[in-house]
Amino acid sequence: MKPHTRKTYVSETVAGLKPSGIRRFFDLASSLDDVVSLGVGEPDFVTSWSIREASILSLEQGYTSYTANAGLFELRQEIAAYLRRKFHVEYRPEAEILVTVGASQAIDLALRAIVNPGDEVIVVEPGFVAYEPLVVLAGGTPVAVHASGADGFQLAPARIEQAITERTKAVIICSPNNPTGTVLRPSELDALARLAERHDFLVIADEIYAELTYEGEYTSMAAVPGMRERTILISGFSKGFAMTGWRLGFAAAPQDILQAMLKIHQYAMMCAPTMAQYGALEALRNGEHEVEHMRNSYRRRRNYFVAALNEIGLPCHLPGGAFYAFPSIRHTGLTSEQFAERLLLEEKVAVVPGNVFGASGEGYIRCSYASSLEQLQEAIKRMKRFLARL
Amino acid sequence: MKLSDKELEIIEILEKDARTPIDVLAKMIELPVEETEALVKKLEEANVIVQYTALVDWRKADGHEGVTAMIDVKVTPKRGVGFDEVAERIYRFPEVKSVYLMSGAYDLSVVIEGRSMADVAQFVSEKLSTLDSVISTTTHFILKKYKHDGIIFDQGDQDRRIVVAP
Repeated sequence: MKPHTRKTYVSETVAGLKPSGIRRFFDLASSLDDVVSLGVGEPDFVTSWSIREASILSLEQGYTSYTANAGLFELRQEIAAYLRRKFHVEYRPEAEILVTVGASQAIDLALRAIVNPGDEVIVVEPGFVAYEPLVVLAGGTPVAVHASGADGFQLAPARIEQAITERTKAVIICSPNNPTGTVLRPSELDALARLAERHDFLVIADEIYAELTYEGEYTSMAAVPGMRERTILISGFSKGFAMTGWRLGFAAAPQDILQAMLKIHQYAMMCAPTMAQYGALEALRNGEHEVEHMRNSYRRRRNYFVAALNEIGLPCHLPGGAFYAFPSIRHTGLTSEQFAERLLLEEKVAVVPGNVFGASGEGYIRCSYASSLEQLQEAIKRMKRFLARL
Repeated sequence: MKLSDKELEIIEILEKDARTPIDVLAKMIELPVEETEALVKKLEEANVIVQYTALVDWRKADGHEGVTAMIDVKVTPKRGVGFDEVAERIYRFPEVKSVYLMSGAYDLSVVIEGRSMADVAQFVSEKLSTLDSVISTTTHFILKKYKHDGIIFDQGDQDRRIVVAP
């Protein structure tokens, strides 16, 4: 008997999404041995022992059931205290803070909570690979605004203004930025705030790397005058506390928006993992010293790595935060994909081509310096050899 | 001696890895190589950086024999010189690796390294216990080193991260 064939049931929206460009490089890099990897978007520290221990203790004590949908109340209180201490913004833990499964889920919830079909969401590029697809999945239309390498990838509010239409619902920003490491200047944030007020839109501020800011005090979008009511602040524990695998993030927003996000969260996710929430509680209560230690370590590696990149002929601005360097490879005449692929195959150094972070990332590569100093030195040696051959 | 921020950074980096090349060190602290070199020299001359040593896991050296013991020593302090005189008499012995003045149940903590337990026993009974000021000794042999000077021996330090990630 002839087997029944079935039609494709995958939705048109999902079928139309491009797979992440990072994925292709992961597959290629994973097929090789002895790769020096600058391709990782996560800390090279293991979560500090006291956090792991707190999570283990919660299991031993039998805290294995659901928490409140919005997360442990104790944890939301600590998050509120943390936001007050770090960013000087006030949020009510009972109504304006939501614990999520990573910052990624918080971004998804934010978009799904605010976007109507056809709404436009401005995405600043180069930017995190998930923003545009998440806008599409929420039924919106992403509108890319390019930041310029010549200006160290600052925000360019004038270009954002040009992209604003009547359908503009929100702008997504990320500071410090993945992949450029750029920390947005307070003046730029302020200019965006004025646009948000004038044209009545929201700002989704991805501040997951805020702990990894190397110079000066960090300015949160929510702390800019007038912006607390227009900001969905997204953060989490992955980067600053080296807890990527725990999948724990949070959102803070005005009550009406936060409660809309909670509504989706309670149906889709119920709550974030309980043991991870106990770990996060310890991170906020006693983790500051560890964060400082990690930040200092990244800063020194940044100093070395960016200076070395410039020395071997890969011009790179000094990133103010995160753990990425984003050097230009334009003068080599190769596209960022060609450069990354040849560097991987010929010298076994994995970097991520800039174009996967949007069209304006073309001509650049993302190098994570969250690797040991020895690995960074080895990478520089190999990259220098590679450049000499081009 | 009041140290500058740059000097403190140098110490922290070299304490973790004394073999950090000077040009790498200079980039890390954002100073020219010559200036960095001068600061390192200054720290060495002021004895802030006392010595550069290697942390060795001797168990991995085939044929190497050796035992380490920690000895709690009770002593009678002497008028005018306190514990310093007896401490000096003890730390002058080459088999003594460290000597600390302690608070609590005993006065000096002495770490000894010898080729065998008999070696250590002989040192304790013949040299340490016979010192005038020494009242008593309690010897503890170290069976296994898990962590020393902040470094965990045999930790699985391989990178568990996937090669490329968002």
